[in-house]
This record gives sequence, structure tokens and C-alpha cells, in this order.
Amino acid sequence: MIDIKQNYFELLALPVSFQVDGALLSARYRELQKVLHPDRFAHLSERERRLSEQYTAFLNEAQTTLKSPLKRAQYLLYLQGLDTLSETSVIMESAFLMRQMMLREELEEAGSAVDPESALGSLSEEVSAELRGQRQQFEAQYIASEFESAAGTVRKMQFLEKLVLEIEALEDELLD
Amino acid sequence: MAYSEKVIDHYENPRNVGKMDAQDASVGTGMVGAPACGDVMRLQIKVSEEGVIEDAKFKTYGCGSAIASSSLVTEWVKGMTLDQAAELKNSEIAEELALPPVKIHCSVLAEDAIKAAITDYKDKQK
Repeated sequence: MIDIKQNYFELLALPVSFQVDGALLSARYRELQKVLHPDRFAHLSERERRLSEQYTAFLNEAQTTLKSPLKRAQYLLYLQGLDTLSETSVIMESAFLMRQMMLREELEEAGSAVDPESALGSLSEEVSAELRGQRQQFEAQYIASEFESAAGTVRKMQFLEKLVLEIEALEDELLD
Repeated sequence: MAYSEKVIDHYENPRNVGKMDAQDASVGTGMVGAPACGDVMRLQIKVSEEGVIEDAKFKTYGCGSAIASSSLVTEWVKGMTLDQAAELKNSEIAEELALPPVKIHCSVLAEDAIKAAITDYKDKQK
């Protein structure tokens, strides 16, 4: 019923692409969830119930991965044999790192600005725009089969995604 | 996960946080980053004409272990020659701070940062 040797795109019957139709992804995910619902396995043996749990975990992992642009990009590269998930220290362009430093300094300053919400708002827009740019860059490189360059772009996306989370965390803090 | 006392000490009282003029010929700047955690680290050294590190500064955006690793390195390299500083191993940092296995990469980042700073300084002397 579920073949865990399939890749996540095959499992959810979606084309292997950076562009994913979010509505279609949700619909396919719900269909498969229904098939795997524990109630349907209640009368079965323990072994089969355990299998159904494994299938559910696999399905959830597939859905989470394909839903997030960053995880999706990393998964596409993983399918090409490039592992950007477990690397720790890599050479990054120093101009990019300096920019990251600056953006993080801006975030620090935004917290103590006269109007922190508007300072955070404009920083958030700036970072989101850069992240969108990197995603477009990734897609172009991926389509052109420039996987090494695409991996470089994924690394940049990781820094920007982390910053987005930190901005959101500070926004939540200010709201409380 | 519990941090060791030494990590907490460096995290709460980081040594040598700051910035030097990256354009200064006697200053070497190392910028490194870890994509997986989004950490960014800048480590700078000021080198005397005799090739001894007179001062070191850092700024790290990252977890406690990354901050502590870079803070410790700035303390250690002061007074060292460039060759001595280049010999610094991440395992020594990890051991001093009692970093758990999942945080070893933070000490690697600090080692990479001091090496990058030394390279930057040497490139400037050419």
C-alpha cells in the first residue's frame, strides 16, 4: 500500500520539482492518511499495526519535507547525491557572511529601537526578499542541473531561514 | 541539554567581544559560518611586527557553545605566535569546554575562524 522505497515525490504522486502545488500536496497527504488511519488496523496483528505506524511516520516526514521550500530544496539535492543536511563547517563567501553579520546586528538593534515593531517589520521584509531571491536562484540552478551551485544557494537559504525564525521570535516577544 | 560551567561562564561573560578595523594591515579577519545552525562567527587578530598576536576580538551569532568556543580562542591566542595559533585544534577547545558530541562542530567553527584570520593576515603582508 505504501512503498517506503519510493521517494517523497513518488509517494505523494507529485512531479520531482522545486515547484510544489501546495493544495495538491495537502489533498494527497490527507488521502494517504485516511488509508493509514490506526482504526483501520485495530483488528490486525501487532506486527501490522507497527508497520502502519512506520508508514505514517514515513508519510509525515514526506509531507513536512515537501511543504518547506528549504527542506524540499535539500531533499532534491539529496536525490542527486548531495547531502547538505549533515555538513557542519563549509567555506562561504565572505561577502555573504558579512551581510549575515550585519543583518543580525540590525536585529539586535531593532529590539532596542524607539519603534521596535516598525524596525523589525522593515528588517523582516528585507530578509524575506533576500530569501525569495535565493529560492529563485536555487530553482534556476536546479533546473540547469548545476547541483553544486544549487547546494551553495541552499546553504545561504539556511542562514536566511534561521534569521527569519529569530525575527519572528523577537516579534512574538514584543507582542507579549 | 545542559551546558558545562565553563560554557556558561564564557556565554555570560564573553571575553574580547568587539571589532577591529578590517582594513588595518596588522589585522587579520576570519569570517566563518555553519549553515546547519545558521551560526555566524567573526574572529579578528592584531599581529605585531614580530608575528605575535597582541590582541583578539570576536563576535558570534549562534548558540552558547559557539559563543564560548570563539571567546575561549580569543583568550588563548593572545600572546601566541601565528604558528602557535595555527596549531590550535578544535579538540582542545571541545575538551576545555566539555562540549558534548552534538556541539563539537562549534569548536570546529572556532578553529576554522582563527585559521581564516591567520590566512587573511598573511595575505595582507604579500
